[in-house]
Amino acid sequence: MSESTTQKIPVTVLTGYLGAGKTTLLNRILSENHGKKYAVIVNEFGEIGIDNDLIIGADEEVFEMNNGCVCCTVRGDLVRILDGLMKRKGKFDAIIVETTGLADPAPVAQTFFVDEDVQKNARLDAVVTVTDAKWLSDRLKDAPEAKNQVAFADVIVLNKTDLVSRAELAEVEARIRAINPYAKLHRTERCKVALADVLERGAFDLDRILEIEPEFLEADDHHHHDHDHDHHHHHGHDHDRDHSHGLKHYHDEDMQSLSLSSDKPLDPTRFMPWLQDLMANEGQKILRSKGILAFSDDDDRYVFQGVHMMLEGDHQRPWKEGEPRQSRVVFIGRELPEQMIREGFESCIVS
Amino acid sequence: MTDFDAGESASIVSVTDKVRAITIPAPVSAVHFFGESAAFVGAEENIYLASGEGEPQAIAVHGGGILCVASDGARIVTGGDDGKVASLDARGEVAVLATDAKRRWIDNVALHPDGAVAWSAGKTAFVRSGKNQEKSLDVPSTVGGLGFAPKGLRLAIAHYNGVTLWFPNMAATPEFLAWAGSHLAVAFSPDNKFLVTAMHEPALHGWRLADNRHMRMTGYPGRVRSTSWSAGGKALATSGADAVILWPFASKDGPMGKEPAMLAPLKARVTAVACHPAEAILAAGYGDGTVLMVRLSDGAEILVHRNGGAPIAALAWNAKGTLLAFAAEDGEAGILRL
Repeated sequence: MSESTTQKIPVTVLTGYLGAGKTTLLNRILSENHGKKYAVIVNEFGEIGIDNDLIIGADEEVFEMNNGCVCCTVRGDLVRILDGLMKRKGKFDAIIVETTGLADPAPVAQTFFVDEDVQKNARLDAVVTVTDAKWLSDRLKDAPEAKNQVAFADVIVLNKTDLVSRAELAEVEARIRAINPYAKLHRTERCKVALADVLERGAFDLDRILEIEPEFLEADDHHHHDHDHDHHHHHGHDHDRDHSHGLKHYHDEDMQSLSLSSDKPLDPTRFMPWLQDLMANEGQKILRSKGILAFSDDDDRYVFQGVHMMLEGDHQRPWKEGEPRQSRVVFIGRELPEQMIREGFESCIVS
Repeated sequence: MTDFDAGESASIVSVTDKVRAITIPAPVSAVHFFGESAAFVGAEENIYLASGEGEPQAIAVHGGGILCVASDGARIVTGGDDGKVASLDARGEVAVLATDAKRRWIDNVALHPDGAVAWSAGKTAFVRSGKNQEKSLDVPSTVGGLGFAPKGLRLAIAHYNGVTLWFPNMAATPEFLAWAGSHLAVAFSPDNKFLVTAMHEPALHGWRLADNRHMRMTGYPGRVRSTSWSAGGKALATSGADAVILWPFASKDGPMGKEPAMLAPLKARVTAVACHPAEAILAAGYGDGTVLMVRLSDGAEILVHRNGGAPIAALAWNAKGTLLAFAAEDGEAGILRL
């Protein structure tokens, strides 16, 4: 699988509420001297200041699939555009899809799960959400789209940090973390972020779920140490220390994340039906899910990920010698039935 | 996967040694004939004209990807991601028929026997009649496919949740045939009695035009990308399964309540179909590079091209039915003279 994965063209989805700085980031990606050529799918022509014959206008058409599943929506225009772009394979290295400020990222992501031809040629790399440090806290209160975009993100670019005080920055970060503790978070001014931090993330690559793991565990303590060298606008290490110990913990009323783990193996004959039922019944509420699983009588790690009701999973690799065989699953969603999920998960543990 | 090996199978007749092999130096997406010359349409920029025994000649038609193509035997009309509608005639001359004002992609083209041409960009369908009058119509979502009726100037415009039927020369409100889902290609039956769309999901949908009765044609494992009406329009051959699926259209009810025929099953997906213009035979191309000729009456097969190559992307007969051209996605091509 990984061999074919590398030949597929990576697609980065760029979301963010109006005015957060998506276009600034896009212009940076296109103008920086990285020797790569990007095809860009945008909603507004003309905002991109870069001459590129591979900028394609999209209409953001969200289509329901005829499979009786209401949340099973895809971006019809994206299916068509990706199909057309494949005629020019070899002329570009990667694709960036910019969504409108009010868009839900789910139909874009689901397009990569549902469409056979899209799957054959392209792979979803990551959902990157640009947020505005000054206004995000307000938008999280009044704009469900903004909350969706944060919840969905693999990478969050917290932009315009120069416009807020340290306390305000800590506040907005805590609000982001209340919704999505797993995304990589980068603080920026004018979207100055190392491109390696937003592109080629492999966030949807089952083989790389392991690499995302540190964020699973140390969501609050660890997330910016490795990037301080790149970003001189941070307020230095003393701030980081302040931050990691003095972080306020918020609870977002309608969007939460839930992490469950077990050191005892899971019974696959119980877990898989449970997960499928959970997604079928609660998938509308669950935006993202991921897991690394240790099954009884199985020496291979099993990994899965999902977007709403769509799940994909596979045996990844053998557990290493001495590696703790711990199972961990995370869900990000709206009004998650926490108690029910917890009990369901626990009932799958082999006692 | 088991290889389809003609050498060990006594039942299959092979004509692979009669095929004139041609190498197109680029990926190919379609092929059409001008008389005895085969025109291989590249995925971008060029059409490669193979006439006589010489090397195919590249003719530049677009400054980018070629997104769609239609032919009436006298010309090949293409739409490109350069926003242009281009036309190539048998002498190798290229004309630009239209340029989109916003340089949008030209997603679909269609040709009418009387010389009218239709194309679409985004939600807008354009028609230019044989008399050079241009008209346009906006539909509710991006146009997925265009098809002219065999008689009269009537254009079917496929889009999300249905098909709009438009008489460009009449003031009346266009008719709308509703069916939930995204419709990507559309064709009238040669007798003008049925309309069939290929959908985004693996299914066809049809309407009997006399009473707009629905015909659901489902069960495909993959999306139907290639369809072809048999001689006389008695059946519709389709890709999308591990066999050619042939829907019966000879009776007034079309395929309603009937099972399709399944011809030439292989352990590979059918990717292209082309029915012979006069005889009850068809050619089928597969995802493993195989090309077969198949007799509709009993499914007898003749091997034209062995498996082992790239998926077959293009397949066409000349108008007389004496030549069959095929090409794989990677440009490996051939012409068979019957």
